[in-house]
Amino acid sequence: MGKITGSQAIVRCLEEEGVKIIFGYPGGAVLDLFDAIDQSDFVNVLVRHEQGAVHAADGLARVTGEVGVAILTSGPGATNGVTGIATAYMDSIPLVVLTGQVPRPLIGNDAFQEVDIVGITRPCTKHNYLVSELDDLVPVIREAFHIARSGRPGPVLVDLPKDLVASMLTYPEKKPIEMVSYQPTYQPHSRQIAKACKLIMKAKRPVLYVGGGVILSDADKELTELARKLDIPVTMTLMGLGAFPGNHELSMGMLGMHGTYTANMAVSECDLLISVGARFDDRVTGKLDDFATKAKIIHIDIDPTSISKNVKVDIPIVADCKIALTAMNSWFDAESDFSLKEEAARHAPWFKLIREWTEKHPLSYEEAGDIIKPQYVIEQFDRLTGGNAIITTEVGQNQMWAAQFYKFNQPRHFVTSGGLGTMGFGLPAAIGAQMAFPDKTVIDIAGDGSIQMNIQELATAKQYNCPVKIAILNNSYLGMVRQWQELFYDKRYASTTMDVVPDFVDLAKAFGAVGLRATTKDEVIPVIKEALATDNVVVMDFKIEKEEGVYPMVPAGKANTEMLLV
Amino acid sequence: MKHTISVLLQNKPGVLSRVTGLFSGRGFNIESLCVAETLETGTSCLTVVSKGDDAIIEQIMKQLHKLIDVIKVTDITEQEYVEREMVLIRVKAESHTRAEVLRIIDIFRGKVVDVSAKSYAIELTGSASKIKAVIDILRPIGIKEIVRTGIIAMPRASKNK
Repeated sequence: MGKITGSQAIVRCLEEEGVKIIFGYPGGAVLDLFDAIDQSDFVNVLVRHEQGAVHAADGLARVTGEVGVAILTSGPGATNGVTGIATAYMDSIPLVVLTGQVPRPLIGNDAFQEVDIVGITRPCTKHNYLVSELDDLVPVIREAFHIARSGRPGPVLVDLPKDLVASMLTYPEKKPIEMVSYQPTYQPHSRQIAKACKLIMKAKRPVLYVGGGVILSDADKELTELARKLDIPVTMTLMGLGAFPGNHELSMGMLGMHGTYTANMAVSECDLLISVGARFDDRVTGKLDDFATKAKIIHIDIDPTSISKNVKVDIPIVADCKIALTAMNSWFDAESDFSLKEEAARHAPWFKLIREWTEKHPLSYEEAGDIIKPQYVIEQFDRLTGGNAIITTEVGQNQMWAAQFYKFNQPRHFVTSGGLGTMGFGLPAAIGAQMAFPDKTVIDIAGDGSIQMNIQELATAKQYNCPVKIAILNNSYLGMVRQWQELFYDKRYASTTMDVVPDFVDLAKAFGAVGLRATTKDEVIPVIKEALATDNVVVMDFKIEKEEGVYPMVPAGKANTEMLLV
Repeated sequence: MKHTISVLLQNKPGVLSRVTGLFSGRGFNIESLCVAETLETGTSCLTVVSKGDDAIIEQIMKQLHKLIDVIKVTDITEQEYVEREMVLIRVKAESHTRAEVLRIIDIFRGKVVDVSAKSYAIELTGSASKIKAVIDILRPIGIKEIVRTGIIAMPRASKNK
């Protein structure tokens, strides 16, 4: 077999891994690689900032379940990507990020555009590599894909010295990957499954608490089957939204800091908490000492470190969520003592209580005449898209209103930076999602603050004909921080007023996109309808109530039952 | 409580940074750390002594195991084990204390490895408590310099095998 260059080998390797779209930004250290990509069948999406490349790859990964790929140059290219990598790491999103590096003889010499990106990203990647031998090049990239997509997924970075990528090599044949030191556990322990199921059959007030792990393992159907079979109410974390239909009668919506009254009360009062693919994050638990104190806890998670990290659990099950839920469904199917009728009868008083909570404090907001309420905007998006659009968000109030008022009916339709809380995530992520699904409606719910963090990607969206719809909930504030200042800092709005905000309609036009504005409530629906009917990038500027807050709210460090309500 | 954790790992570039970065990044404590190759080329054994309650030690064990290059993690403290540390001590040895220092070293089965007119350098091996005892006894005489390897440990062989 003839020899090929390192960069041709990388391209071939990416093809083998099923990659079709790459997000990247060229530079000196990756010239060879981009030259080889240019001669391949890949679509390289040229972003306007490297952070955008990684977020876009992340967005693609979240909606498809495939590994997202970003290619960045050395030095500043690589460091600009770090926020994107950390974002993916916190939300367990499979990415392979290829970075250029200075030629091997120059490494460590403070060469032009040299940075120790492997050192920098060690704590925010699942694993990373500096390829130092030519023979390792292809095997390392294969291993990177394997690590990124298996077990608890995550980003893997591969740093590629320029001289190595330009060298000639014989392409090695694909072999099964064997790693003695990395073998994720997928199969649950059957005794643990049986113990969990028996506990469920005794519970009077059970709750399913569902996180992003269910979506990552594509276990939504198995989860829905279990909840229905056992008549158990479901609450979801921010990352879990869409794992269970938001409009289902068993859904209590999101829990935690901005969760529903019902979900937070139910978790506080339940006698059995079944956690599936969630990690008891502080935004979910509130004050740990008061979290689910009356409950026995079952915890299914593929990552052993997530189990008993924050909350001690009674029945740990280390496994892939889909496999574990399938095993539980089968266990109940085979159990002669089990009947849905009995379960429903035993849970009846519990559901009565849940209904009372929902009637007492439903998710709501106060109408204010002509003034646009952000929640109303989200409700109209939900209604006019039938709950079926892919929604990305920025971070802050826009994100929480989207999570509360859009009823996600299916998984992989809510794309949000949950763990790291990265402002500027939504627009590039929407581009990634739209590249993966050109025919779907993709909407970025944004704030006027966040959107300015990666607004340059409007040019990318335009260049690649990604007709993403950007809905800016514009209150001229950094709204979530302002809300905390209102509540906890005597309304001292330190550095949260944005006195100069661009005219987003004109800005959209400058990028060749369509700009629309709504300043009164009756303009909201026409604007949304026009945007959805436009085959172009659309920026919608909704001038919303300036000092609207996100409620309910559990103040930081308080128990989930101590909610501030509307 | 103190735990001695033995970590078998792939001897890859940066692997030590991954381990130490994990400890510093998550606020775990390192009392001592020792690492060297095993018989198998490509694998190293790292012994780390850390302090923490059961929940913290459990997290340390799990987080270590989560590192891609880590093959096996054992909390040696949970079983019967032997631990050793080596120490080099340069102790003052002037005319009136030279004989006494030698006697003390002899009691602890230490060895003099370097001699000068005013000091001895001593090599000594033992458990953490023995090393502490020697240091406590030599301190009043005058320790000029001390270098320790950190603890290495190995579980005892099962008696009924």
